[in-house]
Amino acid sequence: MSPALVIILVGSLVAASCALVGSFLVLRKMALVGDAISHAVLPGIVIAFLLSGSRASLPMLVGAGAFGVLTVLLVELFHKTGRLHEDASIGVVFPVLFSFGVLLISRYANQVDLDLDCVLYGEIAYAPWDQLKLAGQLLGPKALWLNGLVFAVNLLFVGLCYKELKLGTFDPELAAALGFAPTLMHYLLMGSVSLTVVGAFESVGAILVVAMLVVPPATAYLLTERLSRMIALAMAFGVASAIAGYGLARWIDASIAGAIGVAAGGFFLLTFLLSPRHGLIAKALRHRRLSEATAEQMLLLHLKAEGQGLSREHLGRRFGWSEPRLEATLTALTQRGHARRDNGKCYLTESGARFIEATGQELIRDRG
Amino acid sequence: MSLALEAPLAPAASSTAAPALLEPAIEIHDLTVAYGTQPVLWDVDVALPEGRLIAIVGPNGAGKSTLLKASLGLVTPLTGWVKVFGGPVAERRSWIGYVPQRESVDWDFPTSALDVVTMGLYGGLGWFRRPGKAQRERALACLEQVGIEDLAHRQISQLSGGQQQRVFLARALAQDARLYLMDEPFAGVDATTERAILGLLQQLRRDGRTVVAVHHDLQTVSEYFDHVVLLNLRLVAAGPVETTFTPENLQRTYGGRLTVLSQTAESLLRSGGRPRLGDEERP
Repeated sequence: MSPALVIILVGSLVAASCALVGSFLVLRKMALVGDAISHAVLPGIVIAFLLSGSRASLPMLVGAGAFGVLTVLLVELFHKTGRLHEDASIGVVFPVLFSFGVLLISRYANQVDLDLDCVLYGEIAYAPWDQLKLAGQLLGPKALWLNGLVFAVNLLFVGLCYKELKLGTFDPELAAALGFAPTLMHYLLMGSVSLTVVGAFESVGAILVVAMLVVPPATAYLLTERLSRMIALAMAFGVASAIAGYGLARWIDASIAGAIGVAAGGFFLLTFLLSPRHGLIAKALRHRRLSEATAEQMLLLHLKAEGQGLSREHLGRRFGWSEPRLEATLTALTQRGHARRDNGKCYLTESGARFIEATGQELIRDRG
Repeated sequence: MSLALEAPLAPAASSTAAPALLEPAIEIHDLTVAYGTQPVLWDVDVALPEGRLIAIVGPNGAGKSTLLKASLGLVTPLTGWVKVFGGPVAERRSWIGYVPQRESVDWDFPTSALDVVTMGLYGGLGWFRRPGKAQRERALACLEQVGIEDLAHRQISQLSGGQQQRVFLARALAQDARLYLMDEPFAGVDATTERAILGLLQQLRRDGRTVVAVHHDLQTVSEYFDHVVLLNLRLVAAGPVETTFTPENLQRTYGGRLTVLSQTAESLLRSGGRPRLGDEERP
């Protein structure tokens, strides 16, 4: 396998794993919990390292997973007392745990190869060279195995519990009333997030994980109105970010993880501007069309109420419109045959009268 | 609105036939619930009869929603217990349909009206099984009963408040329950939807279902409901509307604060009790 392919595959696996669980985080308004977990697992990693005496992945996964769930427990503990809001609660818990991890490293583990750089920033570029060895056999890149495993676990979890996760996210009370244990699902999801974050740590670094947990699901959220499609699209955006990011990094000769994060941000920005329903541009256009339509209706109503043959000056004064706006509105109405201009005076036509009648009826019905 | 409820809903009432009137739908004994150190329900003792439309009435913070949640097993009481049809709530889950307050969920969630109604059928599916064609058809039938089947595939944020309330009611119908617990089903809906919801409640009663609803509009209590529970932290009174929904009891529920409202009740009672909407519909 070529190094480029390994890097893109690892990046894609991380992105897909993150999209699976990150979509639920975004919908539960817990996007920042991913950020918190990604930092707060540090002491878990260090403690696992100190106890096992090695940088083997399994103890680290377990230690980090335990601290991930502990983070969520602590955040909710402080939050539920009613003395702290959730954001403050998150803000208290994760920096303190992270600092505790830093303390542990500097006191007990600073002679060994467990530095902050590798935890926080990771380096996906090394992924192809770190091979998994089992009974003297080289089995291929370790990051590929590890992230493949995390992806399989997440896929199994979300695939099996899709209905339960969906109900527990949308309406936890009904989920509880129907016996679907939303609290258990909540902690399983948080466990999955911890696993995902830790699994991706060494290969891509914490910051890229945080980006992948939130940015592709948020992008997908802007594009669809169905949960299953949102998850699928989030995975697609994540994988596309990995591929585009790798290309970008090669092109400008820069950090691959950084480039993948930037690519994900680029996709988000494009979607935010161009999404057909929720995009900024579509909204602005819709708003403009609506305001034009309202102006036309007001003018027709005025012609109907005040009589025929009103002058432009009268209309301009009446509505306080600028000359171009009045002209544009009149032109649109004349073109559609709703109004007629004769000798600088404006008249309501037959079809204009029918149109305004129908519009009025519609407005009344929509209120109901 | 047409109310073709009979077909899908009728069997449940007969198949789970209980000795009529002997067993209350809900029996609450010495119930005290506290959030932290703040009690929200204090020593409530009440039995609610089956087959009636029952209103829970009381001022803000009187514990009305908490009473519903305790009956659903969603809150753990400090003391006391709740029985539903003679058994613990945990064993009666499939008998209870729930309509939460409309604001309790995020209507921007990426899902359709039909999908939300299908959630009412999740309980019958159990863990891990996904809803299929049969469930979607059943959900569509429920949307039809509340008159918005044409909006089945619309994303839920694109619905008006009244339509959202109808989606929640359709979801409860899908649960095909003997007992329906509703948290302010009439809150913030337009007149058309209010009539539609009322018609639906009356239909449920005709089918022998029990409906317990938190209700805020004192003016319509005696018009819409048979039975009333007056609550203000403690139970003030409970019983048939004719004998229980009196100015004295309202005064005791709301204290001196609501003279205008008790006057309303008085005038209602004087005007001959209970003008009912939909009387003409009944056999």
